[in-house]
Amino acid sequence: MEQMVNVFLFGKKYTVPDSLTIMEAMEYAGYQLIRGCGCRNGFCGACATIYRIAGDRDLKTCLACSTKVENNMYVATLPFFPLVKQVYDIENVKPDQQIMMQLYPEIYSCIGCNACTKSCTQGLDVMQYIAYAQRGDFEKCAELSFDCVMCGVCSSRCPAGISHPQVAMLARRLNGKYLAPHCDHLDARIEEIQAGKYEKLLEDLMGKPLSEMQELYNHREIEA
Amino acid sequence: MYSDEKIRASLGKVEAAREQNIRLNPPRMTAEEKDALLKAYHPDYREEKFAALDFGPNAGDKVPTELKDLLQGKSRILGETLPLENPDYDADVLVIGGGGAGASAAIEASNAGAKVVLVTKLRLGDANTMMAEGGIQAADKPNDSPAQHFLDAYGGGHFAAQKDLLYKLVTEAPEAIRWLSELGVEFDKAPDGTMITTHGGGTSRKRMHAAKDYSGAEIMRTLRDEVLNRDITVVDFTAALELLKDESGSCAGAVLVNMETKERLIARAKTVILATGGAGRLHYQGFPTSNHYGATADGLVLGYRAGARLLYPDTLQYHPTGAAFPAQIYGALVTEKVRSLGAMLINADGEAFMNPLETRDVSAASIIRECTRPGKGVELPNGKRAVWLDTPMIEEKLGKGAIEARIPAMMRMFAKHGIDIRREPILVYPTLHYQNGGLHISPDGETDLPNLFAAGEVVGGIHGRNRLMGNSLLDIIVFGRSAGRNAAERARAVTVGKLTLGHLEAFEAAREGASAKTGVLFSPQLLPNYARK
Repeated sequence: MEQMVNVFLFGKKYTVPDSLTIMEAMEYAGYQLIRGCGCRNGFCGACATIYRIAGDRDLKTCLACSTKVENNMYVATLPFFPLVKQVYDIENVKPDQQIMMQLYPEIYSCIGCNACTKSCTQGLDVMQYIAYAQRGDFEKCAELSFDCVMCGVCSSRCPAGISHPQVAMLARRLNGKYLAPHCDHLDARIEEIQAGKYEKLLEDLMGKPLSEMQELYNHREIEA
Repeated sequence: MYSDEKIRASLGKVEAAREQNIRLNPPRMTAEEKDALLKAYHPDYREEKFAALDFGPNAGDKVPTELKDLLQGKSRILGETLPLENPDYDADVLVIGGGGAGASAAIEASNAGAKVVLVTKLRLGDANTMMAEGGIQAADKPNDSPAQHFLDAYGGGHFAAQKDLLYKLVTEAPEAIRWLSELGVEFDKAPDGTMITTHGGGTSRKRMHAAKDYSGAEIMRTLRDEVLNRDITVVDFTAALELLKDESGSCAGAVLVNMETKERLIARAKTVILATGGAGRLHYQGFPTSNHYGATADGLVLGYRAGARLLYPDTLQYHPTGAAFPAQIYGALVTEKVRSLGAMLINADGEAFMNPLETRDVSAASIIRECTRPGKGVELPNGKRAVWLDTPMIEEKLGKGAIEARIPAMMRMFAKHGIDIRREPILVYPTLHYQNGGLHISPDGETDLPNLFAAGEVVGGIHGRNRLMGNSLLDIIVFGRSAGRNAAERARAVTVGKLTLGHLEAFEAAREGASAKTGVLFSPQLLPNYARK
């Protein structure tokens, strides 16, 4: 039982099945998308969208690929937003507060309006992760921002001009490179490989006739 | 919440049987059982869906009919007069494609001092890499070894992998993980730094490294950030329409198109790296796909038309667990990590019909078989069938909070549609996921066309006829980096001669002359056409 609803794409009215996502509704209406369409599954942030239901005061935000249409929905997509991405050399930065002051000083102009958090298409506590970035607590900033798809909606709503996704990106890289515990078994294995420890083992294996290889594969022990 | 009556009836059986199922460890199939299952139910074995190529480097080889139409398609620029002598871009290394392989290649070529131009038809990072969820393999634990990794991948790929490529993949895997770590990728680790690793289908050791279930997204956004930190020219919304050669017959650039204005642009380059990815959006055999919007096999078409040979273009990977319900996410990827963490595959009657960690091709075929057995597939409102993936088992095995901590993206994807995967199982059916075959390369990453390199999903042979989970995120890094280094090195010795598109005319002549012409599609396809007519 397919119901039809009216949606207004950039203000123009189309009647579409109510089971469609906003992205599918655009295609149903006849759009051949180039911008504003990426993974179509909520991972890439290409299809940031702002909408309002007629009669409702609130502006809402979402990803067009993972949000169903509603009746009397007024839709504007935001396929690009001019975020500020500062250039830096990851090998020559330190994971301290100084780096944020240097690259993204505008985060200290946050007025605490929480518009970023309210608008996040992933439901993240954006203002809080910016607060952690201000304090140089990159581990917490990385953790809270981990699910960010960098769609840019938060920044479009920010009166302080903060590029939240880029701040979080920097925090995650600093955390991953400098703050996360170092992995020793990885170094040990790389050293063994470079010393040639597995060459003979691999060459012997690769040189075996197919039947022997099949035998080995079919009866290999599987870690519990 | 499921409201459909048929689904609810089956759900009741699944819930009733959970206590019992959770204690089972269904036996793995024997080699003979797997062969029989694949032949009967895997889409690669449906002969009527394949056709032999009539001309070109792989004349006589079978490919999916949809791919044949594109490989034998018409060039979009035939007959156009283009100012080849006056290029818009002049590079040492031209990278075509902005996914994980392209970005890795660009970074390493830049490290090697090359002038790099990277073109991508959508945005940098709009690629299947971004959507890879489960993880990346590397044999870096004491109980594991590159040889064990080799055996798993070689057997899982039906003993068909190009051995020298697989050797490179497994021996350079740990170094790939370290490179990513040093770029700042946040792998899941224990407090002492030990990598948290799990099984994937067909692995004999737990060597799947992950960044929750955003593994690919975490890798891709980090690589993108790194590309943007460097002196690399990134040209987005610009696709390659054809490769250019010079009079020596070597690859020497590409004809590009601005996706929005349709303006033609010429890029001259000493070496070219094709990193255009896969083909899911061609929807072979009508399957839904887990792939990115731009996955239309463009690189296979560009390379083939310029004379590069393909390897195993007839083998595709159908991921066993695509989302089957609700319709809004039909075909979307449900990461294999869900099974790695303990969720089992259950049929409509509540029976655990297979071991959940068989290889992908075997699992997909087994699910397709279950859905053809009377009453064993769950009937969906759209008339299609599916089986259950019993996600609540994960928290019963690993404790409360495990789902949010380990697979937050899956939790979020289903929550958007009112399904709480911590309490409710989900419905799945195979989805077109990966192009096992592609351009043939040497271990240095060079195709059969001199000065044309390739990396990532566009390459064939690394995985044989079936790829294990976690080996493609690995291959884009290992072979992407290697292609970048080698293309930069080669560029130092190359002087580009007069540019030519002569190969297009030769190809068109072969096309006209072929006795069995197939359609008159223009190719590469660039984007799927989902606009309702």
